Amino acid sequence: MESLLLSINNLTTQYITDNNIIHAVNGISLELARGGSIGLVGESGAGKTTTAYSIMGLLPKLTGKIIKGSILFEGKDLTLLSEEEMRDIRGSKISMIFQDPMTSLNPIITVGDQIAEVLEIHGTSNKNEAQKKAGDMLEMVGIPRGRMNEYPHQFSGGMKQRVIIAIALACNPELLIADEPTTALDVTIQAQVLKMIKELKNELDTSLILISHNLGVVAQVCENVAIMYAGRIVEFGALRDVFSKPLHPYTEGLLNSIPRIEVEKERLIPIRGMMPDPSIVPSGCIFKPRCPYAKEECSVQAPIVSKISDRRVMCLMHEGVIPNTMGAANE
Amino acid sequence: MNNHSDMIPILQVKNLKKYFTTPRGMLHAVDDVSFAIQEGKTLGVVGESGCGKTTTGRAILRLIEPTSGSVVFNGIDITSLEKNKLRIMREKMQIIFQDPYSSLDPRMSVASIIAEPLIIHKRVSGKKELLKQVQKLMEMVELEDRLSSSYPHELDGGRRQRIGIARALALEPQFIVCDEPVSSLDVSVQAQILNLMQDLQDRLGLTYMFVTHDMAVVKHISDEIAVMYLGQIIELSPAKDLFAHQYHPYSHALISAIPKIESKTDETMTILKGEIGSPIEPKPGCRFALRCEYCIEKCLTDTPVFKTIESGRAVACWRAEELSL
Ligand SMILES: Nc1ncnc2c1ncn2[C@@H]1O[C@H](COP(=O)(O)OP(=O)(O)OP(=O)(O)O)[C@@H](O)[C@H]1O
Ligand SMILES: Nc1ncnc2c1ncn2[C@@H]1O[C@H](COP(=O)(O)OP(=O)(O)O)[C@@H](O)[C@H]1O
Ligand SMILES: [Mg+2]
Ligand SMILES: [Mg+2]
Repeated sequence: MESLLLSINNLTTQYITDNNIIHAVNGISLELARGGSIGLVGESGAGKTTTAYSIMGLLPKLTGKIIKGSILFEGKDLTLLSEEEMRDIRGSKISMIFQDPMTSLNPIITVGDQIAEVLEIHGTSNKNEAQKKAGDMLEMVGIPRGRMNEYPHQFSGGMKQRVIIAIALACNPELLIADEPTTALDVTIQAQVLKMIKELKNELDTSLILISHNLGVVAQVCENVAIMYAGRIVEFGALRDVFSKPLHPYTEGLLNSIPRIEVEKERLIPIRGMMPDPSIVPSGCIFKPRCPYAKEECSVQAPIVSKISDRRVMCLMHEGVIPNTMGAANE
Repeated sequence: MNNHSDMIPILQVKNLKKYFTTPRGMLHAVDDVSFAIQEGKTLGVVGESGCGKTTTGRAILRLIEPTSGSVVFNGIDITSLEKNKLRIMREKMQIIFQDPYSSLDPRMSVASIIAEPLIIHKRVSGKKELLKQVQKLMEMVELEDRLSSSYPHELDGGRRQRIGIARALALEPQFIVCDEPVSSLDVSVQAQILNLMQDLQDRLGLTYMFVTHDMAVVKHISDEIAVMYLGQIIELSPAKDLFAHQYHPYSHALISAIPKIESKTDETMTILKGEIGSPIEPKPGCRFALRCEYCIEKCLTDTPVFKTIESGRAVACWRAEELSL
C-alpha cells in the first residue's frame, strides 16, 4: 500500500463575519498518497481556496476558523501546530501557488533574488550557492538564467507564473498546492505551464493538489479528482472513472453543461438554479434544489459518503434511499 | 470568405486598421483585417490576449475610430457616416461586455438600466409603454419580474449578464458584438447564457461577432471562426472544418494546446514556445515566424498574403498548402 502524505478528516471551516456565519467547508475528508495528485474541482464559492488555506494555516486570522476536523500531514495534525511551527512547514514541506499570480511576486526585487531568498531561508547558507541554484531553478522552468537580474514587470504573464512555480518548488516541498495556476493564462501558455508542472511532479516526486474550475486542466495532470459543491466533496475517484461515468448528479451536471471539443453537442444542458447561500445550512441534501433526480426524501435526509469500490459519492441514490434513476439514464 | 457568393453579407469589414500612438512607437492593434458575416450567423473570434479582438469589435461599432478601412453594414459604409447618421445606424449594432458588473451603472435599478436606451433613443411614448417594453425585454432574457427594482450588485454574475443582454436588445439590433460574454461566469451559468444567446439568435435572426479565448465555447457557438494573431486574422474557416484540420501553424498550436477532458495532450506534441510578440511597429514578414517550427527564410522577410485556399477557408501563411496540419 502507498504511504499517506496527507489525510484530511471531517474538516469544517467557517468565516465568521459581523452578522453571518459562512459555511465555506463542511466536513470534507480527503487522502493524498505520497507522490500522488488530486484535482480539486468546483465552481466559484465551492470552498476550494478555503480548503487550501486551511491546510496552509493561512485563513484570515480574525474571521476564518477551523471548527472541526483534523489535517494529518506526515502523521502530524496541522490544525494543532503553533503559528511558528506552521511557518516552518510552509515553504519547506508544503508550498502554495496562489490564485492571483500577479500579486505574489515582489515588484522591487529581481526574480533571481526572490528565488535565492527562499533557498537561503531553507538551508542554502552560502549566498553564491543560492544564486547558482536560483539560476538552475529558472532554467528548470524554461527561463534562461541570463534573465535572473530582471524585475517581474519585465516578464510576461506566463513567465511570471513560471517564476512563481520556481519559487514554490525552490524548497523542494513534499506537497505543492496550486490554486488555479493557469486560469489567467492563454491556452498556449497554459499548455506550457501544465506540461512543466507534470514534468516537475515526476522528476521531484512532489505530491500535488491542483485546484481548478476547468475540468480539462485537471484531466491533463491529476490521477484522482474531488468534485466540490457548497463546501462538500460530493464525489471522489480516479479521474478517468469520474469523468467517464459520474456517480453524482452534480458531476454529471458539470459535464453536461460545458461545451466539449471532442463531443458534438447541439445544445448544452445547464444545471438549473443557482449556488446555495453559504450562510444557510439546509436540512437534507444541499444539491436537492438543483438536482433532476431528487425525491422528497432528499429534502429531509442528508446523504453520507458511500463507498463504491475505489470511489466515493454523497448521494441518497447510492445509499439505496431513493432509486438510482441516473444510472438508468446512463446505461 | 463565403461560398454563397450570391448572398450579400450583413456586415463586411475591409482592410480595417486601428493604430494607437504610444511612447514606444505606433501600436498596430488591428492591422488590415477583412471578413464578412452573413445575416443570422455567428463569427467567432479567437486568439491570445492582446491580439486585437476587442479593438476589432469596438472599431467596427466606431466606439473607437478606425485608423483606416471600411465597415459596410446593410450596404452602408458606416466609417464615413457623420455622427447623427451613425447614431441611427448604431441602434442596429450593439455590444455585450465581458464583465457585466463594471459595464452596468451601479446606482441604477435593473429596470432603469434596461429602459435607458429606450428613453435616449425615444423609442417609447409614455411611462406605460416604457414599463411594458422593459417587462418584455426582461422576459426575453428570462429575468424574474421581481428583480426590476434590484441593483446590479445584489445579483449574481449570470443575472447581471442577462441585464447586459436585455439592454443590448432594447433597440432591436440586427448585429451584436459579444466580447467574452461568458468568460467570467461559472460553467453551469455559462451554459444558461450560451443557450439564451442561441435562442435569441434563432428567434430574432441576430448576427453575432463572438469574441472569446475559450476554444470549446467558440467551437460550440460559431458558424465561422477567425483566428487572430498580433492584429491580423491568420486563418478564417467554417468552425467544424477548423477543428478537423488547420492550415496555419498557429491555429494548429492553439487547437493542440486545448486541455481536453477526454484525453491528455499528446506528450510528443511540440508545445508552442515563447510568448506573443510586440504589436509595436512590427517588421515585415510573418508575425508568427519566430515561434513557428515551419519557418523558412521567406517568412522572415515577406508578409504572408491572406488568401482563400479552399472554398470558405482563407489563411495567411506562405507554407499553408504544403504543410498538412
Ligand atoms: N487605448 C489603447 N491605447 C493603446 N493601446 C491599446 C489601447 N487599447 C488596446 N491597446 C493595445 O492593442 C492591442 C490589442 O488589444 P485588445 O484589447 O484589442 O486585445 P484582445 O485581443 O481583446 O485581448 P484580451 O484577450 O486580453 O481581451 C494590445 O496590444 C493592447 O495593449
Ligand atoms: N475571507 C472571507 N470572508 C468571508 N467569506 C469568505 C472569505 N473567503 C471566502 N469566503 C466565502 O467562503 C466560501 C468559499 O469560498 P472559496 O474557498 O474562496 O471558494 P472557491 O475557491 O472554491 O471559489 C464562499 O461562499 C466565499 O464567499
Ligand atoms: Mg478560489
Ligand atoms: Mg479583449
